[in-house]
Amino acid sequence: MTNAIMRLLVALGTGGLFGFGLSLSGMLDPKRVRGFLDVFGNFDPSLAFVLVAAVSVSAAGYLLSRRMREPLFERCFHLPAQRRIDRRLIEGAAVFGIGWGMSGLCPGLFFASLFLGGMTGQVFFFAVDYIDARLTPDVYVCTLTGMAALAVAIIGAPLAMSFRPEISRLPW
Amino acid sequence: MLFSYVHSLIGSALIGLASALYFVLDGRIAGISGIISGALKPPHEDRLRNAAFLFGLFLGPILYRMSAGGWPSAHYGGRLSLLALAGALVGFGTRLGSGCTSGHGVCGLARRSPRSMAAVAVFLAAGVVTVAAMNRLGL
Repeated sequence: MTNAIMRLLVALGTGGLFGFGLSLSGMLDPKRVRGFLDVFGNFDPSLAFVLVAAVSVSAAGYLLSRRMREPLFERCFHLPAQRRIDRRLIEGAAVFGIGWGMSGLCPGLFFASLFLGGMTGQVFFFAVDYIDARLTPDVYVCTLTGMAALAVAIIGAPLAMSFRPEISRLPW
Repeated sequence: MLFSYVHSLIGSALIGLASALYFVLDGRIAGISGIISGALKPPHEDRLRNAAFLFGLFLGPILYRMSAGGWPSAHYGGRLSLLALAGALVGFGTRLGSGCTSGHGVCGLARRSPRSMAAVAVFLAAGVVTVAAMNRLGL
């Protein structure tokens, strides 16, 4: 098999592993994420443990990568060229933090949740009952979660790109 | 209760393993916001790989359902208008700040990137303040 195909399979497999891990960790639940951020209220520290465990395992991989000249299926390691802590980074992180606090959802959760009564469940409405009748506690909330996920991909990305012309051109 | 902690720990380790493997095998950082925008723009090979990752991510909860017999629990709440606004803020902020909880949080902290450490500190602080403010305002 060519490396190009291996790269695709790796992406599919690691994406699946990521989504499965997210489900198993309990962090697919926006309520728990908001509970973690609710330091001054009903604080739920579990996300901190999840983050520490995930970072530790991931760090082992990055340490291993330092002893490798190149990735297994790619010519070089792709790391961000930008090293400076600039205004854009801080502003972007702050805006993200506000949206994260409001919803308890980050891009990973948006995407992994699509099947949890989000976009897919709603677009193929009658399929929901077939998949799991208890899947959608509130149809409208779920629809909106799906729409918000779309907003991430469709509105957010190009909007930010217009502020950062150097990173890309618009996809359409 | 202990059982759920064990699950949570294994799940977290798998998240870390996934981001480690994506870097060691494909040489890429497993940051979901970057992967979403990468799936929308050329070149074609990158677009395909990013889309494959997202498809896997999307399948994750289904794999969980197949092995655990139930969907992972998730509670969505709050006003719908706020949720929609939050979606746009998350999308905009993560692109402007070049990363989210996975890219800056898991991968960035793991490789001890100063930029990521700063970003994580800022979005954690912003999230804490936002939740506190919303609680105070009764939203």
